[in-house]
Amino acid sequence: MSSKIQVLSNRVLKKIKGFRITRSVFAFPYILFLMLFVVVPLLILLVNAFVADGAITLRNFYDLIVDGASLKTLWFSLLVGFVTTVLCILIGYPVAYILSKRSAGRLIVLLFVLPMWVNCLIRTLATRALFESLNAEFGIGTLIFGMVYNYIPFMILPLHTTISNIDKSYSEAASDLGANSVTTFLKVNFPLSIPGLISGITMVFIPTISTFAISQFLGGTSSHLFGDSINTKFEHQLYGVGSVMSLIMLVLVLVSNFIISKVNKGETADNLW
Amino acid sequence: MMEDRIIELKNVCKSYDEKPVVKNVSLSIKKGEFVTFLGPSGCGKTTTLRMIAGFEKPSSGEVYINGKDMTKAPPYTRPVNTVFQNYALFPHLNVFNNIAFGLKLKTVNDGTYFTSKNGVKYENMRKLTKDEIATKVRDALKMVDLEEYEKRNVSSLSGGQKQRVAIARSLVNEPDVLLLDEPLGALDLKMRKDMQIELMHMHKRLGITFLYVTHDQEEALTMSDTIVIMKDGVIQQIGAPQKVYDEPANAFVADFIGESNILSGIMLADYTVSFCERVFECVDKGFKTNEPIDVIIRPEDIKILPRDDNNAILTARVSSCVFKGDHFQSAVLIDSSIEGEEYEILVHDNTECKSGDIVGLYIKPFDLHIMHKARLINEIEGEMWDVNVVEICGGKFPCLCDLPSGERVNVKIDFDDVIIHDNEDNGTIGGVVGSVIYKGNYYQCVIRTDSYFDFFVDTEDEWLKGDRVGISVDPKNIIISVKKEDFNE
Repeated sequence: MSSKIQVLSNRVLKKIKGFRITRSVFAFPYILFLMLFVVVPLLILLVNAFVADGAITLRNFYDLIVDGASLKTLWFSLLVGFVTTVLCILIGYPVAYILSKRSAGRLIVLLFVLPMWVNCLIRTLATRALFESLNAEFGIGTLIFGMVYNYIPFMILPLHTTISNIDKSYSEAASDLGANSVTTFLKVNFPLSIPGLISGITMVFIPTISTFAISQFLGGTSSHLFGDSINTKFEHQLYGVGSVMSLIMLVLVLVSNFIISKVNKGETADNLW
Repeated sequence: MMEDRIIELKNVCKSYDEKPVVKNVSLSIKKGEFVTFLGPSGCGKTTTLRMIAGFEKPSSGEVYINGKDMTKAPPYTRPVNTVFQNYALFPHLNVFNNIAFGLKLKTVNDGTYFTSKNGVKYENMRKLTKDEIATKVRDALKMVDLEEYEKRNVSSLSGGQKQRVAIARSLVNEPDVLLLDEPLGALDLKMRKDMQIELMHMHKRLGITFLYVTHDQEEALTMSDTIVIMKDGVIQQIGAPQKVYDEPANAFVADFIGESNILSGIMLADYTVSFCERVFECVDKGFKTNEPIDVIIRPEDIKILPRDDNNAILTARVSSCVFKGDHFQSAVLIDSSIEGEEYEILVHDNTECKSGDIVGLYIKPFDLHIMHKARLINEIEGEMWDVNVVEICGGKFPCLCDLPSGERVNVKIDFDDVIIHDNEDNGTIGGVVGSVIYKGNYYQCVIRTDSYFDFFVDTEDEWLKGDRVGISVDPKNIIISVKKEDFNE
């Protein structure tokens, strides 16, 4: 009897001995968090999307396609995201480029980034108040202004980092080989800044297509985004259709991420011109 | 003769934030020459090269290329190409496109001319065709033995291959002058030797002027037709490698190029010099009687003889002997009348000695190189801060002088009266050890203060170059005289 207990306790001890505090142990709390708040909700979404009236069906997808308004909103969101991204590039690139060439640049970049620490909602509400005081009409114009204002630091920051890190000797080499400043920019500095540009696009385009708060405050009545529609669906307890739309959103994010990473790799490996 | 000179620098100066880096450099370079700028780091050699390339604009002075004033011309208009120290190959282009970069921008005469209304004849320009570019790039790749590497990504190349691509990228543009900024610095020794020889071959074959910057004296001696030795932004000597080696212009050059024994001595009369407390015959004349001078002797110019050999002009005791492959390096000590002090001399000879041996030494009078001393005493302008305190180089030195405050004075301090402190705070002022030269029985250091005055200091200890140290002087050793007023002002 006693020997049996000994064997058992030995086994337990062995088990405990086998347990070592390795580095991976520190990841367990986070993995648990991830499971509870990311993976489980995603599974619920997935189940909800294929369930209607207690049965597995594709009716939610059907409903969404028949209801043309939601798809229209989706296109509109993509368009707004695209325009916002283009504007952010047009404004952000020159700023980042000029700032990275100046010694005082770091401070000014800090000024650009400073608003990022203010809550997005507060900024948006403040912008709204500003437009109201100007008696501006809320619509696509104000919406895009708000989007660009909110997301431009995310464009400038990676661009500034990439451009500042481009070795000065590349420009010198280009100039030495006969390129004037415009050619040097087009053939050397711009191609070398593309990784920063891509990460800027990732940081701006993907969040903009799923935003909803900015459009609610600044979009007026006409400019609803896809994020707003999802919000409305869940508010009206249409969990099935809402889940389908969320899944579409998720797929869009994954697809754009995939495309961007492909393009990025392709660009560094092959030549650009 | 003017057309012979491809590059001319006239009184070129360059300062960054008031700090002079290149001081009044003038030189001319002949077409087809292989010229090397040699000097320790921070001597201004790279800055000079960059001013020729056009990356830096001189603070004053002019740069002429092919007889044309190019001082303010941007780099892309100059007929020169640069090989950078870090290669600066474009990471987003493959080998072919890196080399083709310059060619794609180039325009050439298409064989026709255009005459404007006022009769000036212009060349009609065209871009190079794809085929022309491809042919030139392939030729360039062939020249550097990288035919197979056209499509390769530059990041996949080894250091030596990158170097070759960089050279091909510059040479393919057929520049008048090729500028090379320490191009072999990042390569290992074997590779460096191979590339040295290849560069020399290329120079011979192409007939292009090469302007090479290096801190490696051996590289400079091997490759160049002419060596320009720089220190602290000033040219110390310009000459053929052999001349620079055999007849160094000053103690710095002698110490920097090859190994040398530098000893303090006195010129007793023409053809007679005294050092190590002994008198020797030499071939120099024209010095003042009893002028303090530096004697420079190359270790390989000293022969070791048996102690009782009739030709021996010195006897010495061997303190160490090391085999160096093709010779023995012996350190020998010569007696001094001062108790406990000896003069140490390095000898390169084929004779193997044992530590403690007494040997005779022979030096040809021709091999005693006699040089004026750069400076005999530290002399600097200062101002009396108060009675018994003088302000020089931003520090207040106690002294024995009753001149009133505010008086401009000349201050003299002997080399061996300056005291160096390990801890900067223990000195009256701080400075950086600039150079250290062993002079047989003591070290001569140059301490540069923060106001850029160089203190020459004779000391028994060896100080580490680049270290920050403190300097102080015993009040009784500061010699002060009233500065004569300049009446012209």
